[in-house]
Formats: sequence, C-alpha cells, structure tokens
Amino acid sequence: MRIGALLARRAALAVATLWLLSVLVFAAGQLLPGDVGRAILGPLADARSVANLDHQLGLDRPLLVRYWDWVSHFVTGDMSRSYAYRAPVAPFILSALGASVKLGAMAFVLTVPLSIALGVWAAVHKGRTADRIITVIGTWAASLPEFATGIVLILIFGIWLRVLPVTASWPAGAGIATQIYHLVLPSLPLMLVLFGYLARMARAGTVEALCADYTRTAVLKGLKPRTVLWRHVLRNALLPAITVTATQTGYLLGGLVIVETLFRYPGIGSLIYAAARDKDFPMLEAGVVTVGVLYILTGLLADLLYAWLNPRIRLGAFE
Amino acid sequence: MSRRWPALLRSGGFLTGVLIIVFWTGCALFGRRLAPFDPFADDILTALSPPSALHWFGTDQLGRDVLSRVIVGSRDVLTVAPLATGLGLALGVLLGLIAGYFRGMVDELISRTIDAVLALPLVIIALLALSAIGSSTVTVIIVVGVVFAPLIARTVRAAVLTERDLDYVAAARLRNESTLWILFSEILPNVAPPILVEATVRLGYAVFTVATLSFIGFGIQPPSPDWGLAVSESYALINGGIWWPALFNTLAISSLVIAVNLAADGIHRALHA
Repeated sequence: MRIGALLARRAALAVATLWLLSVLVFAAGQLLPGDVGRAILGPLADARSVANLDHQLGLDRPLLVRYWDWVSHFVTGDMSRSYAYRAPVAPFILSALGASVKLGAMAFVLTVPLSIALGVWAAVHKGRTADRIITVIGTWAASLPEFATGIVLILIFGIWLRVLPVTASWPAGAGIATQIYHLVLPSLPLMLVLFGYLARMARAGTVEALCADYTRTAVLKGLKPRTVLWRHVLRNALLPAITVTATQTGYLLGGLVIVETLFRYPGIGSLIYAAARDKDFPMLEAGVVTVGVLYILTGLLADLLYAWLNPRIRLGAFE
Repeated sequence: MSRRWPALLRSGGFLTGVLIIVFWTGCALFGRRLAPFDPFADDILTALSPPSALHWFGTDQLGRDVLSRVIVGSRDVLTVAPLATGLGLALGVLLGLIAGYFRGMVDELISRTIDAVLALPLVIIALLALSAIGSSTVTVIIVVGVVFAPLIARTVRAAVLTERDLDYVAAARLRNESTLWILFSEILPNVAPPILVEATVRLGYAVFTVATLSFIGFGIQPPSPDWGLAVSESYALINGGIWWPALFNTLAISSLVIAVNLAADGIHRALHA
C-alpha cells in the first residue's frame, strides 16, 4: 500500500510541476515578446491592422482568459496554429518527435549499458591505468559542448577518413541499416556526454558499495568475488543509475537542439530552434511543453521504477 | 581552509587549468596588441585561404585572419560567462538561504518553482527566453544568470538545511539578532565552501552555455570574433573542405571549457580532502 501512497504523492508533484511549467512557458511565449501583431506585421504596419491581427489572434483578451484558452486547448491536443507555416502545430510536433526518438534511442541504447559497464570496470580496478583512462575520458566528454565534439567528429570521420555520412538525412525509403548508418555521427556527440555522466556515476556508486560494511561481511563469510560483485555490490551501486539515466534524458533533449541543428536533422530540437529563430511562438511553446512533459514523465517513471526495485522503499522500511 | 591551498598548488590539473584561463584572459585583455592582423579587417580577395606562413590559421569567408580572431575571440565569452555566473550566484544564494532557513510554505513555493524550471533543459529555457526578449550581451547575461539561479539555490538550500538547527544559529536568535544578520553573517560564511565549489562548476557550464547559445545564433552577436559565433558562421563550410575557421575556434572553446573544469575539479578536491 505504501507504494500506492508514494505513487499518488509523486503524481501530484508531477502535475504541480506541469502546471508551473505551463505558466512559465505561457509567460515567456505570450508576455515577454510584447506586441505580437506588431512583430508579425513589422514596424511599418498601420496601427489599425496591428490591432486587427491582435484581435484575430485573440491577443486583446484578458491574460487569464488567454492562459485558460491556451491550456484547455493544449490538453486536448489542439496546440493552435503556427505563425510561420499557417497550419496546425500538432502534426509538426508529432513527426519531429518521431525523428528525435530514433536519434535519442540510438544514443541511449548504445551508451547506457556500455558506460555503466565501463564505470563498474573502472571502480573494480580503481587507481589502475584502465580506471584513469575511463575517468579522464569521462570527465572531458561530459564537459565539452556538443557542437565542439560534433565538429571534430565530422572532420575526422566525415571529411578526412570519409567513413561516415556528414548529414543525418537518408534517402527516402531507406532501410533500417542505412538509417542507423546515417545516425551514427549525429548520435556520437550525445553519446560522449551521456557516457561522461553515467560512467562517472556508476564508478562512484560502485566504489562506495565496495567499501561498505555489507561488502566486507560478504567477502569475510567466504562468498565468491563474482557473487559479491553481482549480488551485493551492484544491486546497491546501480540503483541510483536509474535516476541519473532519467535526469540525462532531460539533458539529451537539450543536446538534441544543438546536434539536430549541426547535422540538419528534422527532429524536435531543430523544430524548437527554427521556431525560436523565426519567432513562431505557438510552435516554440508547443515544442518546449512537449519536451517538458517528456522529461517530467521520464522522471516520474524513473522514481517509480526506483521505488519498485528498491526493497527498502517497496517494503516501507523507512517511514 | 588556508592549509588546503598548498595541496591545490601541487595539483597538476588545477595548475594547468588556471594557466590556460590566465592565457585566454591575457588574450582577452591585450589581444588587439598580440594579434598579427586586425581581427576585423576583411579582404575579400584572400577569403578562405588555407593555413600558410602568413596566415597561420588561414582566413575566414571575409578574408579576416583566423589566428587574430581566435586571439581576441575570448573576450566576450570571458565577460559574459563570469557575469552570468555572478548573477546566478547572487540570486541563487538569496533564494537558497530563504528556502532553507524559513522552510514551510516559502520553501515549498521556491522549491516547486525550481523543479519546474529544472524540468526543462537549460538550453531550451534560454532559447525560449532569448527569442522572446531578443539576444544581446546584456540579455544573454540575464537569461543565463536567471536560468542558473535555481540550480545554485538547490545546493545552497541543502547546505543551509544542515546549518539552521545548529547551536550557533540558535544562539544568534537568542541574542535577538535580525534575520538578515543571521542569514548573511552567521549562516552564509559557514556554507561558503559548497557555494565556492558550485560557483566554479557553474562557471564551466556558463562558458559551455554561452558558447552553445552563440553557436545557434542566440548568444553573442556579430561582428564579435567570439568562438562559438565563429563556429556557427563557418561550420557549413566544412563539407566543402574548408576546415580551418571551424576547427581552430572549436579547439579554442574546448580548451577554455576544459581549463575551467580542471580548475573547478581542483577546488572541489581541495575542499573535500
């Protein structure tokens, strides 16, 4: 029953965060830019036509009415119309999201197991050369901006060695292998940053668990090193990995803006970038809220998974 | 704390980082005198010439000397990033002190707003705000500072929570000290070490964020020789084999980001030793 209470509390928090997020995005998209009609029509437009357009867009109504209108439509999937494309926003968001999921999933699926494995390996061989190499690469990889690693990778693999395509656009109707081949270079900068965080976290968690009393007990009672590592150390060390992986989804969504722009990939990141550049606020708001919702949902999911996998919370030992 | 400085000065990573930062700060201050050419002088006839004995790093699409622009290119990012960090620190420390000290409704309100802001990637919030209010050096400082404030506030709040129930705070309260005095003269000095670490780590992220924003055109604006901006203006040329403007600026920004991180890491280790 306790997990039910936890779930309710966590879901309520997620809803509160979502509401605050919607207020923030509404404020940034609708209030900060000032006169939207003027921005669309330009400085030379007649004041009457500006007022007219503001009226058409519903911008002359009271703020609370506008906020309610925006939110209530948004919840039903009606994300209003793009200024730039003069068409509903939702289909653009959906198709971009599909493309981004491919790129993000590729980076995630390859990086998460690899970095956790290498992080654990580094911890078990703490202080040796392998540990040093993994730690240094991890630190550097996580601290460099994606566009910087992206450009160096494009130069090395795309231009000098000519082994990978430099744009992420594959011919229409290409098979899955061709798609993956085109996605390797764009996903590498994301993978490097993910690797940096995850490997560091896995290493720190394992180092801590290796020094813990329960590990000493397990060793002293004569368990095989393999059993100690798998049953005692990793079970404790890797639980936080779930939370960190979820936090990194948020990072990944931000990194997509840069990587998709650099590689001209038609995902949610480049959609948000283009909307920001063209001051297409309905598109920008929809894109940003979508990213926020995704992030909040992954966070929620990770917390629940953590609670479910962790017997200390599942069985309510700490109340 | 003072006995930790010798250890810091023996740390190779910390010294390397500081040395690189000093080097780029020197370039920012005296770059115009060090640069072999005028970084703003264009010469369309020699545009896009590859690295040579005359132009060590080649020339860009307007024929400007890339080496000279890389030398003076540190100025804007080294102004904007520290100022943004400073602003974020001021706001974050204030919010964190209030949330951690008062607890209750105030804390809930501040903490939930922080969660909502952190529910979005930093780059995306910055993009949203900058496209709404327009990019300039001042707006970039404000936006990055405001976006960093919640992260710093969270660290400060956590540190304050462990301090507020200690005897010295109770003693100050019994002496009838004002709340402001307790917050800034009693608690703040005691939570200074984690704030110092957070500040240096944030500075690294600020350089990262400002460079990234400049790369997508929402940061430092032309005709500044800023590195991120220079990469954004030249990365499309890579496919045509013109790699020098993009690569040298990329290496410059990478060296600065790594240097700040090395320094931050050194301070972190020294304080936790």
